[in-house]
Amino acid sequence: MKKQWIWALPLAVFVVMVGFFAASLDKDPRELPSQRLDKPAPAFNLPQLANPQASFAPAQMHGQVWLLNVWASWCAACRSEHEIVTQLARHVPIVGLNQQDEAQAARAWLTELGDPYLLSASDDDGRVSIDYGVYGVPETFVIDKQGVIRYRHLGPITRETMQDTLLPLIRKLQA
Amino acid sequence: MSAARRFILWAQALAAALLLLATTLALAAPLPADEAMVDARLKAISRELRCLVCQNETLADSNAKLAQNLRREVRKLIADGHSDSEVISFLTERYGDFVRYRPPFKPLTWLLWLGPLALFSCGALMLRHIVQRQKQQAAPPPDAATAARIHALLAQQNKDTPA
Repeated sequence: MKKQWIWALPLAVFVVMVGFFAASLDKDPRELPSQRLDKPAPAFNLPQLANPQASFAPAQMHGQVWLLNVWASWCAACRSEHEIVTQLARHVPIVGLNQQDEAQAARAWLTELGDPYLLSASDDDGRVSIDYGVYGVPETFVIDKQGVIRYRHLGPITRETMQDTLLPLIRKLQA
Repeated sequence: MSAARRFILWAQALAAALLLLATTLALAAPLPADEAMVDARLKAISRELRCLVCQNETLADSNAKLAQNLRREVRKLIADGHSDSEVISFLTERYGDFVRYRPPFKPLTWLLWLGPLALFSCGALMLRHIVQRQKQQAAPPPDAATAARIHALLAQQNKDTPA
């Protein structure tokens, strides 16, 4: 009896390890969980891209569901998600966080592709992005009426993400 | 020279000395040594931290934009007199424990830290078990009569199969 149990042990370890590896296969190791999830969106006060004299603070969005979309004119993936962001903007106000960009290049980018944003705030030194735990551009945060971050999407938003995840969540939060 | 005049002269000399001393201190304030100290601490801390963009590089080695920004913030925190653990928690608050190359010891990481030790202990126990059983099962040396028979049989066999 005892002998059988001993030989089952390596087998059990093997099965557990295979389980771990199998579960990790579909996961992108670069995708890290956001530390800001379910926490209040960090406050900031940044000049607006279109009008640097005016400023934007997240508190101004209090009472409505909104998206914070980190973008830059130097970011190729932002260009690829732009169409989706434009579609999303019909359902929810989107504030752009223009990260470490040349204001002129950023404005030209919006002129060329269209401006889906309620407004864009200029994060010139990337300090606000750090507060949000941003480590790649684009990143998108869904923020609820109370100003709490409810979802963070890493990388360009795909049509599937928009339809299967973002829109249902936004509708639920808006209700 | 009147006492009053002498007093004024003394006061002037004293003021001049104080001014000189203050100037020296003010000039000495941004000591190059301080700067070097901040640099050294920045280097030491950022060797312990992972660059989030290129995950196999330390924050010290990476040239990614984010790494540059984070080094700038860490440097600022150090210059403001924050301790190393405060700097680390500034980063883990934003990016999670993953930024640390040495993960903290907490329930979530028990398996990570203790796993190898547990596996090693398991192996050692199994090895001991097997060795002991083999010792027990080892046959006792044959008595004289059996030994004689064994020798006879071996001799017989050697005769049957010539080399």
